[in-house]
Amino acid sequence: MAVPTLRCGFSGSRWTFALVDRGCRHRTVATFNWIRGQSSVAQQPLHTAQKPRKGAQEWAAVVGLEIHAQISSNSKLFSGAEVRFAAPPNSLVSFFDASLPGTLPVLNRRCVEAAVMTGLALNCHINQKSLFDRKHYFYADLPAGYQITQQRLPIAVNGNLAYSICVGKQQREITKTVRVKQIQLEQDSGKSLHDDLRSQTLVDLNRAGVGLLEVVLEPDLSCGEEAATVVRELQLILQALGTSQANMAEGQLRVDANVSVHHPGEPLGVRTEVKNLNSIRFLAKAIDYEIQRQISELENGGEILNETRSFDYKLGCTVPMRDKEGKQDYRFMPEPNLPPLLLYDSTSLPAGADPQQVIDIDRIRETLPELPSETRARLVQQYGMLPEHSFTLLNEVGLLEFFQNVIKETRAEPKKVVSWVLNTFLGYLKQQNLAVSESPVPPSALAELLDLLHTRAISSAAAKQVFEELWKSPGKPPAQIVSEKQLGLLQDREALEELCRATLDGHPQVVGAGRRGPRCCGHRRPVPSAVPSLPLPALYYRTQGSYNYFSCRRDSTPSEP
Amino acid sequence: MSVHASPTLFMAMAAKEAAGAHPDGVTLSASLGLTGGALRVPGRGDMWARAVRLGLRAPLGGFRAFTAKADAQGSGRVTAEVIEHLERLALVDFGSQEAVARLEKAIAFADRLRQVDTDGVEPMESVLEDRCLYLRSDNVVEGNCAEELLQNSHRVVEEYFVAPPGNIPLPKLDEQESFPHN
Repeated sequence: MAVPTLRCGFSGSRWTFALVDRGCRHRTVATFNWIRGQSSVAQQPLHTAQKPRKGAQEWAAVVGLEIHAQISSNSKLFSGAEVRFAAPPNSLVSFFDASLPGTLPVLNRRCVEAAVMTGLALNCHINQKSLFDRKHYFYADLPAGYQITQQRLPIAVNGNLAYSICVGKQQREITKTVRVKQIQLEQDSGKSLHDDLRSQTLVDLNRAGVGLLEVVLEPDLSCGEEAATVVRELQLILQALGTSQANMAEGQLRVDANVSVHHPGEPLGVRTEVKNLNSIRFLAKAIDYEIQRQISELENGGEILNETRSFDYKLGCTVPMRDKEGKQDYRFMPEPNLPPLLLYDSTSLPAGADPQQVIDIDRIRETLPELPSETRARLVQQYGMLPEHSFTLLNEVGLLEFFQNVIKETRAEPKKVVSWVLNTFLGYLKQQNLAVSESPVPPSALAELLDLLHTRAISSAAAKQVFEELWKSPGKPPAQIVSEKQLGLLQDREALEELCRATLDGHPQVVGAGRRGPRCCGHRRPVPSAVPSLPLPALYYRTQGSYNYFSCRRDSTPSEP
Repeated sequence: MSVHASPTLFMAMAAKEAAGAHPDGVTLSASLGLTGGALRVPGRGDMWARAVRLGLRAPLGGFRAFTAKADAQGSGRVTAEVIEHLERLALVDFGSQEAVARLEKAIAFADRLRQVDTDGVEPMESVLEDRCLYLRSDNVVEGNCAEELLQNSHRVVEEYFVAPPGNIPLPKLDEQESFPHN
């Protein structure tokens, strides 16, 4: 995707922070399983190239992220053109977006509210006064020749984001924090399609001017996996807030990673920037590749250049970008057409102000929805599930809703529901590579099935069978499957006895044989407790058909009967 | 005061700035006021001018090397290297003696602004800085005018603007990701 360099200009200062907590050192293999589709990353030990050598110092990697999230709004940041993905080219462009002379930016209230909301959710300080600036660069998909952003005084600063990763063999879950440097409002650019064959660039301005939240994280991370977990957590937060749909495949969430390596205790190394990472899996891979590349480069006496690289997902490596502009010079200047953006809290709110024209931070704070971390804590507390289960429920798109719908409709114990949803249901989905929304089994059917199990109408083995049947023939009620397949458990003790007696009476020969030895009853293997009086060798003689069952006893049994 | 050809003027400022001629940033702030359409007496040590100057200087790195060379000259003459840098930034061709002369004239013009005494003047962000920033409701009221907009384009392919091969590294057509919709 043609995302030009949307970067803020704090190149110098961002890397002067010392690392407080450096979680996964190299060689410390941390695996995590919160993120769907991460298995390939999680299973292979990271940083394998680095063999501990005698006297060789350990390397530490420092990773910082800049995340661009497209604001979920009806119209663009400064114009009334629609925001929509995959519309006909240039159909969602106003005169302002095309930068026609005489047009002026008019700020979208919704975008400001989204930025404040996101800032609050990331524990940021919200600046009651923030400023807009122009950042210049000449790209065909940026018709004005500059992007309106917030360089000097962004809308939110100094926040933090907590995330959990599993480390070590025991998969111990630890919670870490990454600091949020700032959140700024800015315009997205258009899209360019480069046609090498005809040597031309096709420009679609539909995305030009869409509101972005640029979330700048401090370089507190140390591997691809941490970065991937942080991005996933941020994605969940944005989606919970509704401030961005944060769908990476549609480019609503794009990540640039700054990577450097150094020896702990020494000054930070030269960093490279890996641009335009638009899948969580590639993000982790690209960062880990880049860390390894830098380590081997330095160990082989090479030098790291301060350059921009892109991730080639086909080759699985990062490559330098042909950056013709060389050193960027954005020539920031104040945006002359936009006065400072003022926000208010309940104490500073001017009396009699037009409610359409003022934004009250405290009111937005009151309307914040439940955040993912709170949801997980609630799930653990309310249903007694393990924390890792709460992570899985949130990380799979739609799974939490599915779970809650099942819980609502069933009398089964929550733990049972958790187990069924996470093991059986999710297992089937994964096996067939389906999303929760594509499941042939609706929550109501699973709820009914669990009710049958709960009231002991069926055994749990039978329930598994019913589930398989539900999966194969969607729409059939579980009860009908049970009766069709005669999977119900007999509840009536007398009826059961009656049935047994009738069976025994009906098969005198088998019964007679059964009295002589368990093998004849049609069992493949005898149940030792059923014939407690028989010594083991004797049992063996009678059960040669199920030799394996006693195979561990082979040494103690005679070779010939 | 009317100022003509503000991009050139802005480049002129950038040139002076790059040449390190104005450590106080007064010239640059003035030029910004002009290009932004908001002229006011700029302040010494002015906050945003400083920000801009940092923005100009911080990423330059290797650029500093020729800053020093230009400094030595310091006579309003513009070196080939400065020209090359400006051309790259602005995608403007200064490829003739005439163009360079025009640039030098623009620099000289902007230099006059330094004669204004700005001691003790509070820096201003914009002539609108005391105004309320109007907030628009999030309604779709524009768009659907591709046909009109494309009339401005020199070349069009389907509903796309066509630009010369860009200065941004881009994925080629066959490498561009497809967007799965599930």
